[in-house]
Amino acid sequence: MKVAFTTTGDDLAAPLDRRFGRAPKFLIYDTDTESFEIVDNQQNLNAAQGAGIQAAETAVRLGVSCVVTGHCGPKAFRVLTAARIGVFSSDAPSVQEALERMRLGQLRPLLSADMAGHRA
Amino acid sequence: MILAIASGKGGTGKTTLAVNLASVWGAPVQLLDCDVEEPNAHLFLPGRTLREEVCAIPIPQVDAALCDGCGACSRLCAFHAIAVAGATALVFPELCHGCGGCAMICPRHALREMPHRIGVVATCQAGPITLVQGKLDIGVPTATPLIRAVRRQLRPGMAAILDAPPGASCPVVAAVRGADLVLLVTEPTPFGLHDLTLAVEMLRQLATPFGVVINRIGIGDDRVHAFCDREEIPLLAEIPDDRAIAEAYCRGDLIVEALPRYRSLFEDLRDKVAEILKPAGV
Repeated sequence: MKVAFTTTGDDLAAPLDRRFGRAPKFLIYDTDTESFEIVDNQQNLNAAQGAGIQAAETAVRLGVSCVVTGHCGPKAFRVLTAARIGVFSSDAPSVQEALERMRLGQLRPLLSADMAGHRA
Repeated sequence: MILAIASGKGGTGKTTLAVNLASVWGAPVQLLDCDVEEPNAHLFLPGRTLREEVCAIPIPQVDAALCDGCGACSRLCAFHAIAVAGATALVFPELCHGCGGCAMICPRHALREMPHRIGVVATCQAGPITLVQGKLDIGVPTATPLIRAVRRQLRPGMAAILDAPPGASCPVVAAVRGADLVLLVTEPTPFGLHDLTLAVEMLRQLATPFGVVINRIGIGDDRVHAFCDREEIPLLAEIPDDRAIAEAYCRGDLIVEALPRYRSLFEDLRDKVAEILKPAGV
């Protein structure tokens, strides 16, 4: 199973980015092989609109089963839900910590968007 | 002949200039209120409503039975208004600009366009002035298709004055594009100068001729004048900072009627505009 963590860094020790659409990178962790890769989400940082949608499409394309982030807006949530990707919210300081909590089953699944879009 | 009135900074007097210029035009003229998020020219020109037409943009609807999630539509859309999730496409109507590209490119013809109302275009007659205004529905974030709908009411061969929205972004470009001359209304303050600079950059990129009108002369400083000098931008009119003008405006009165001493100011500006446009033959 592949899991996408939003992050600003390049390894497991990096911070978990609270933003979904505008996080600079995804850390894609594969629980089967216990390895990860970093995927750029940079094009979204400066997008005027639709950043969440694009980031969600990236997650879909990467074939992840769930995403772990801080918050998720309504448009991204709609895309992720349609693709049957689980959305989990965490206030963990690092990707590593979020991963531990996920393994312990401590992550909270988001049942709806918990944030208004940045562009009302 | 299309004369557009724009500003950069909001609240500098675009509408004041537009309605008063239209009033001294001396010939039948169209006045297009392209500030569709808050059209207000009608407050100064009460008239008879001739017609009101609904403006709708085509929004795609996905036929899930036909869509195989290939993603061609999503890759095409510059506004991310259509996304592919799993085996189907999802539409975000609030982001769609109604260009129709997705339906055109869909290899399986799975997208059907349905009209989605964004506002109305109203036409009124106030003496020799035909006022066309776009009224964007509340909550609609995309003004440009409605501005283009207002502009489609332009009648060839008839003079038109366009009241543009403030700023220097897409709605302004949609309003002023193709104008024969743009008047940039500003005020002699640091804010006025800052936003004027952005508007000047925008018009230079659009290769549209323009001049500046400074409103509320007497406040602020002389840096707008210095900027126009340095950049060789024609300064076409100066309107003094007069409380009587603000009072007339607040009552919904035309300056040229309520304060006849200012009539010649607008007539002179009209004549200067005509002179600038004469060699172009428009």
